[in-house]
Amino acid sequence: MSHHIVEFKNVSFCYPDGTKALRDISFRITHGESVGIIGANGAGKSTLLMHMNGYLMPTSGTVNIGDIYLTRQTRQEIRRKVGIVFQNPDDQLFMPTVYEDVAFGPLNLGMDENAVRERVEYALNLVSGLELQNKPPHHLSSGQKSAVAIAAVIAVEPDILAMDEPAANLDPKSRRLLINLLKTFEHSKIIASHDLDLIMDVCHRCIVIKEGAVVADGPVSEILTDKKLLEENNLELPLSLQRN
Amino acid sequence: MIFKHLSKRMLPDEIMTFDEKYYNIGFIDQLSYKDTFVHRLDPRAKLIATLLFLFTVISFSKYELTALLPFFLYPALLMTIGEIPFMFIFKKIVLVSPFAVFIGIFNPFLDSGQVSIFQGLTISAGWLSFFSIMIKFTLTVSTALLLIATTSFPNVCHSLRQWGLPSLFVSQLSFLYRYIFVLMEEAMRIIRARNMRSYGKRGKGIRIFVRIVGILFVRTVERAERIYFAMLSRGFQGDMPSLKRFHIKTGDVIFVVSVAVFLYVFRFYPATQILGRYVQGVFS
Repeated sequence: MSHHIVEFKNVSFCYPDGTKALRDISFRITHGESVGIIGANGAGKSTLLMHMNGYLMPTSGTVNIGDIYLTRQTRQEIRRKVGIVFQNPDDQLFMPTVYEDVAFGPLNLGMDENAVRERVEYALNLVSGLELQNKPPHHLSSGQKSAVAIAAVIAVEPDILAMDEPAANLDPKSRRLLINLLKTFEHSKIIASHDLDLIMDVCHRCIVIKEGAVVADGPVSEILTDKKLLEENNLELPLSLQRN
Repeated sequence: MIFKHLSKRMLPDEIMTFDEKYYNIGFIDQLSYKDTFVHRLDPRAKLIATLLFLFTVISFSKYELTALLPFFLYPALLMTIGEIPFMFIFKKIVLVSPFAVFIGIFNPFLDSGQVSIFQGLTISAGWLSFFSIMIKFTLTVSTALLLIATTSFPNVCHSLRQWGLPSLFVSQLSFLYRYIFVLMEEAMRIIRARNMRSYGKRGKGIRIFVRIVGILFVRTVERAERIYFAMLSRGFQGDMPSLKRFHIKTGDVIFVVSVAVFLYVFRFYPATQILGRYVQGVFS
């Protein structure tokens, strides 16, 4: 199957204030791959993710998601294929109760109420958050919020899952649960994070971004052991490798 | 749970007033998610009952006192069945009571007619109308508070929507509810950071305050942008989807009808007088 691909070809992006956020980025992520995107603060990771959803349009170059080229006309279709989980779950959970929030996407797809209920229960069950369904988001802990935010995206059944710092603000146990959860997903996964141990556990491939350009792209086992490369990018060896 | 815990603890000096206000709102919000008979009633049924109650109480003449007393039964029952702490409602009533006091306080001086209440005991009509105002005030404010404390805001939004309010208006309300807590938490963090480094009086001037408001505004705009992005990425195309969740149950109908009967009886039959005569008859 080739329809779950994410392909960036010579993508550059310039913010209206003149900041060059992406410079000539090219990569191709195939079906079922899980890819970590790492880089220093402000390297362009979040900007990159926003291109996968058509929130930002490349200044030059093309973005191809599942054989559809990103244009203003195809944006809606692409948004259905790519689910993005944002860094701050408070921004993502905007409905007054958990149930309504998870139901937001499926309802927008025009599904009827019974089908929506099934989807919501399935998605909440997956993150073991079914008992939270009638709570308002502001009564949840950070870990629960992240779990619900992921459920809300899964409920739309995207082909590709993109996450921005999924483990920020999580306590170690919630983080471990999240990692185990991510491992079970068969979607193509794209995870932007500073948590290199998480990337090592979940991803097989790693792309390093520096000042908006790809500086390395290869298997996790190569990139995350390259001390020199990591230190050049304000990163360091994953903790689990430092012990040895 | 966190709110409940903190609101019970007394927060120390005046620096903490903002925090206190925050946890106070959090507490009433927490109360509204309890699971009791009153909470489970359809919000529309509760609203109709409350409106009926308010109109009935207000419709009494300004010298009425004894006939109003049986109406305390309604808030008392709501409070007990809905497990709302008495002191919470009481404190709120005391807090807003000055308004009612100011409305009625001149009556005893302006209205100097005499009214006899028992044989041989007379008081001025002004005092009578003053107490009547105070009782009406207590009744109306406590039922209104109880309505809020027993109905969660999302439920209120749902019933507004079902009553045909424009969806745009209802989604504004639910966004307001969702983000008022996030915004207040943000404000609380900024104010704490200021207090922590202002060592006493300096740094509390109006100029700093204006800047804090400015920062809050900018952060809110940025957050709104991120929220909009999150909505777009889940297929938002301009319409907020809604779920039909409420169906009027027999319990709701019974509730409204019994409240209406109760109000009617105590409004149009001098129930207290009949009871009083009966008791007099027993003792004499």
